[in-house]
This record gives sequence, C-alpha cells and structure tokens, in this order.
Amino acid sequence: MNKNKALVRLALFGSIVAWLALLFSDVTVLFSNLQGLQPDVPVWLPRVMLAAYIVCLYYYYKFRIELDDSLNFTDLLWKVFATGLITTVVSLIFRLLVFTLGKTSLATNVVFSDLICQINLALLVNFLVAALASWKRLILYQKSKWLIRTWLVFELILLGVLLYDSAGITFSENGSTFMNLVIGGLVLALSANMRWVAYLNFKQKWTSLLLLLLTFFYLAYFFYTVERSTETIAKVSPAFLDYRNQLLILVLAAFIIIYGIFSFLVILFNLPTSSVFEQKLEEVVNFQRISQSIQTEQDEESVYNILLESSVSSVFADAAWLEITGAANERRMFTYRMTEQESRNIREHLEKNNIKGVLDSGTEKTKNLSRHLASMKGSRFRSLLAFPIVVKEENIGTLALLKELPEGFNKEMTRIVSTFANQAGISIENFRLMEEAFQNARYKEELKIAKTVQQSLLPTRLEQDKDFEIVAFSASADEVGGDYYDTLRVNDHLVALIIADVSGKGTTAAFHMSQMKGIFHSLAQQHLDPKEFMSRANQALVFCLERGSFISASYFIIDTQEKKIRYSRAGHCPVLYLRADSKESVYLKDKGAALGMVRSRDYCNYIEANEFTYAPGDTMLLYTDGITEAKNNKGDEFGNDRLAAALNEVAGASAKEIENHIIKSLYEFSGSKNINDDYTSMTVKFKNN
Amino acid sequence: MVHIKRLQESGADIIAVIGEIDASSSIELDLAIAKSVGEGFKKVLVDCHALEYISSAGLGVFMSYIEEFRDKKIQMVLFGLKEKVANTFEILGLAELLHIRENKNEALKLANELSV
Repeated sequence: MNKNKALVRLALFGSIVAWLALLFSDVTVLFSNLQGLQPDVPVWLPRVMLAAYIVCLYYYYKFRIELDDSLNFTDLLWKVFATGLITTVVSLIFRLLVFTLGKTSLATNVVFSDLICQINLALLVNFLVAALASWKRLILYQKSKWLIRTWLVFELILLGVLLYDSAGITFSENGSTFMNLVIGGLVLALSANMRWVAYLNFKQKWTSLLLLLLTFFYLAYFFYTVERSTETIAKVSPAFLDYRNQLLILVLAAFIIIYGIFSFLVILFNLPTSSVFEQKLEEVVNFQRISQSIQTEQDEESVYNILLESSVSSVFADAAWLEITGAANERRMFTYRMTEQESRNIREHLEKNNIKGVLDSGTEKTKNLSRHLASMKGSRFRSLLAFPIVVKEENIGTLALLKELPEGFNKEMTRIVSTFANQAGISIENFRLMEEAFQNARYKEELKIAKTVQQSLLPTRLEQDKDFEIVAFSASADEVGGDYYDTLRVNDHLVALIIADVSGKGTTAAFHMSQMKGIFHSLAQQHLDPKEFMSRANQALVFCLERGSFISASYFIIDTQEKKIRYSRAGHCPVLYLRADSKESVYLKDKGAALGMVRSRDYCNYIEANEFTYAPGDTMLLYTDGITEAKNNKGDEFGNDRLAAALNEVAGASAKEIENHIIKSLYEFSGSKNINDDYTSMTVKFKNN
Repeated sequence: MVHIKRLQESGADIIAVIGEIDASSSIELDLAIAKSVGEGFKKVLVDCHALEYISSAGLGVFMSYIEEFRDKKIQMVLFGLKEKVANTFEILGLAELLHIRENKNEALKLANELSV
C-alpha cells in the first residue's frame, strides 16, 4: 500500500518535472527561433519531454484509477468528469488572465501565447490520459483472454506511436494510412465492449449520460482552445511543439471520443429496458436472501416474510397472503397490503364454488385461479395466483398473489414465484432439520446429566458383616436406566438391603430412582417390617409417580442375631437363593404388586412378607430383569434356568467370584458386552464368622 | 412393533394385540384402550394370543386403567397370554390386579359375570 503511494507520488513528480522541462525547452526553442539564434537546448527536447510527461501521467492514473478497486462504473465516469472539470477551470483561469491583459504587448507576445498554449495542451493530455485509464477499466470489465490480448496490442501500438512521435520520423503516405487503419480497427473492436452498461441501474444510467455529455463538452472546449492558440503561433513560427504533429494525442482523443460516443448511445438505447434488468437483478438478490436466511440464525417467520416480499416485488403484485402450517401444526397467516378478512373472503368464495386448487392444500400444482375471481363480487382483485409450499414432500402452506388487473400474471412470473416458493420450502425444511438436530443435542446432553445423576445415586460402599459379604454390579445401556440397589445398617444386628427397577428410561427414571433412594434411607432407619416398608413406600410414591409408572423392588432385612432374613417382594424379579447344604437354588416367588400399581391404602392386600433362616455358605442373588431378559443372537433369553445353573457352578466361591462368574456367563451367552438394557446384580454370600 | 386390531363380539370390545409392546408402541395400546372407553364399551377383552413381549411401559398402560375401569364399572379381561408374557404379569403382581383368563369364551364369561 505504501509502496503504491510512493509510486503515485513519483509518477506525479515525474510528470511535473517532465512538463516543466517541456515548457522551458519549448519556450526556449521558440524564443531562439524568433530571435534567429541557435537554441541552447536541442530542438527534439520538447517532443521527448512530452513523451515522458505522457508516460508519467499514464502511470499516475494507472495507480489512481485502474488499480483502485473501490471505484464503480459511475465513479469511473465521475473521475473523468472531475479531471475534466479541474483542467477546464484551470484553463479558464488562464483565459481570464489573458483577457484582463487585453491588447497589451505581453498578450500579443508569441512566446506568452506559446506558454498558455502549452499549459492548455498539458491539461488536455492530462484529461485524455485520465479518460484512457477509466475507459480501460470499463472495457476490461468481464474480460476474456482475447480481449486482454487486444488491449495489450492497443497499448503497444500507443507506445509505438509515442516513440514515433518523440523520434520525429515520418512515414510514407501508404505506411501511415495502414497504421491509421490498424488503429481505427482496434479502437472499434475495443469500443464494442460495453458489458458494464448492463449493470447500471436506471439512475446510474442517467448520471452516466450526463457525465459523458460533459466530457464531450470539455474535449470540444480544449481542442478549440488549443487549436486556436496553435494556429496563432504557427502563423509566426513553426519552431514549437505543435500538437497536430503529435499523433498520439490525436489517436488518444479519437479513441476517447469514439468509445465515449459508443457508450453514450448504448446507455441511451438501454434506458427503456433497464427496468427489466434491474428486475432480474432484484430477483437474483431475493433468491439469495431466501436461501441465505437459513444461515443467518433467522427463524421461520423471517423466511416467510422474505418469501412474501420477494414474490410480491418480483411480479408487481398488489397484495398477497401466505398461509402456513407451522412445525407444531398451528395455522399462521401472513398478509401483505390486504386484510385477513379479505383473504378469508376469497378462500370462502373459492370453497363455495367448489374450486379445487392449491388453496385447499389438496394438490401440489401451482394454479392460476384468476378466472374464478371474476365471479366474486365486492373484491378489488381480479387476478389470483396460488403456489403450494412443500416441505419434505408435504404441503405445508399456500402462497397467494393478487392483482387488481385482470390477467395480471404471465407465465414468466409464475415460473419465478414458483422458484421462490420451492426455495422457501427448502429453507424451511433445512431450518426444521436444524431445529431437530439442536433438540437432539439438547436431549443427549440431558441424558448425560441424568446418567451422571443415576451413577451418583448408587452406593460407593456396601454394608459388610462378619456373617456375610455383599458385592454388587450395575451397568446401564446407552440410555439412562432406573436400576437401584443399596444397603443400610439399621442397628448392630440388622442390615437392610434393597434392589429396585424403575419403569421407563431417561431423566424421569433417574428422578424416580432418586425418590426411591430417599424413601429407602428414611424408612429403613425406622426398623419397619418389610411389608410395612413396602406399604409406606407405595403410599409415598403414589404422589410422585405419574399414571402408568411403577417401581419394582425387593426389600430384605438380614438379622444376624437370629440368623434369618425377612423380606418382601414388590413386583421385582424373584430372588435366587442357593442353600449350601442341599446345593439347590430356588426362586422365592412371593406375591407382591410393584410400587405405584395400586394407588390406595388397599396396597397392603397385595403385598406380603416372608422369612427364612440362612446358614453359612448360602448365597442370595438379587438381580434385575436386564440379566434374565438378556438375549443371544438367536433371540433366546438368558432366563431363570441359566442364571440358576450359573450360580450352581460356583456354589462354594466367594461373593466376588460368584458375581464375576455370572457376568461372564451372561456375556458368553449374549455374545457381547453390550446388553440392550440396564442389568444389576447384588450377591450376598453368608459365611462362618 | 405392534399391530392392534379391534372387533366387537356379544357386546364386548375385543382388542387384539399382535407383536411386541415396548415404550414406543405402548402408546398405540393406550390409544386403542382409550378409544374403546370413549366409545362406551363396558366389557373390554384384550386378546394376547399374538403378544410376544411386553415391556414395563406396556404393563404400565394396563395398570393405568385399573382405577378408571373400577370407577366406570368397565370390565377388562385379558386372555390367551403366552407363558412368558404371563410370567411378566405374574412377577410384577399385575396378575392379582387384572383379570386374566385362558381363552376368549372364559374371558367373555367372566366379563358378563362381573358386569351383573
């Protein structure tokens, strides 16, 4: 950036130096010639300095105009115009100066006239070079390889002409005619590149026309001024820099004027159709708005509003409505320049006349329903176009466009709005999919929290006694389950055990599990009989379990003083008990309804408590249905028999060994460690103390 | 997946449950029973011949109607339960709370007796 700035300054400085040298040398040559003296400077110096001046200016404008990306088309024309304005003003100031001098000797002095003439010429060249840079930008807008080459050839020829001018050689008649033809052809070929005109809007076109007109005016003024002063000087002496001998200036001027005229005419003839181009451009922009509305965190409502606005502006509708069935099945109405009542009237009218169209959301075809409106009294609308909005192959709404003119819609309009409607459908679909993804992510996050909660509800250590040892194992499937087990020492010879399974999964299961834990810890302390424990637990849970939810549980009290176990089974899997003496394992299938099933005090009629004595070497296996219902790849369940068999195989082992063996058997049976449920086991091994 | 069929016989609404009832399909069972209640049937028989499996959520559906049926004097009888399904009912103690019979005739007989 700084480098560019330095180059701009260098180019400007160079051009000023070159011009001062030009002026000084030219005046010197002319003065010497008038005085009949040999000039102190070479006669070719003015020509070369003019070339240097032009080259410096060329680079100056290259940086100022050609490489400035912030300029648009009218800005480019404005730059040309502004340069013209400044140069004209400067020129006029000098003209005023000459005028005030009147018929004094200085005013009629040829050398002074040359000075003024050279100033004007410099201003003209300045203007031409600035215009060249702008024209280049315009021509090379939407460039092709071929166009770039053509322009390069043109610039090389200009350079050639520049060298030719400064060298002061002359071609033969034929040679110069040929050169003129080549240059003329190139100028015409380049002038055909007018693509930028199409991108101007109506207002910009008018501005451009005005700017071009003023540009022509400046050119005419300069040529007139320079020509007049040149004539005056030429009458006295030929020894000065005559622009008429400078081919480059003529070529440049011709090019600037020809392209200017072409542009002027093209813009002029494009004026009537510019509204169509603008319309097309607006359609593209609207289309983009609809497709991008999804990315900019907007909601469905803004998609509908954009759709309504875009459609209306694209087909110049007088009014419109959009009827949508939202994600939660609610009907929503958006209207544009009409009341909801009016739209209701029209729909009722169509319904009454039994017109099957998209308005009843029954078909998916866009329909022009204008002819049906003709029979409707009291409506200002005479044209109606209706489009379905389709999301996931489901018609979710209708877009209706209205006009007060009869036959107001053509095929082209139908096609455009139909594209809008399709795009809006896609946007809404994307939006809903995204919403769903968000919900899923939130749900997953919730599950993760619930799982952590559930894990933290399980005890970290279990009660141990010199009479028995307890180990437990619990694993849950991907979802959060509701398996719960716990132990609590009531006093020095009583220990309470519980295993429970909450129906359902997810956060509610974890929630109910925490309630069960609370109930267990408060009731077990009170040294209740198992039946009473279950009755009170049921009574407490009835208030927090929703209809259809229940908790199956088994509750045990091990009495180490009397060597007996008193227990109650509330709908839970029957406990498996292995007696060491008989080496037989039995399921204790007592009666008992799950907690929460009977929502009254009658519950005590559906639950019972029993007791048995234990002996050292016995094993009590508590488990949840995740173990017995685990399936192998054939679809068979692990079942009670396999569980009992597995226990029998390790009858004499320690609690931990039994647990490991049972889990191993389970995994071997199911063929995987991923069992599609929660599974929990609690093993109590009685021992000699 | 579950498939539910309803047909009427001798003034009773027979809901045939075919397939497996898990957490998601239990909603269909719930809807079928609710519909039957809504249509004013006083005798609702549930044909479980083709019921292969029922999860706790499915059991919860039956459970949730117990009180409503008692208040409205609607008799619900389940029949034709497979051993495995019956076992599930048994373990949870639902067998005590619901009326379960071997076959349709017995179920219908029980429903008629109870309605008197």
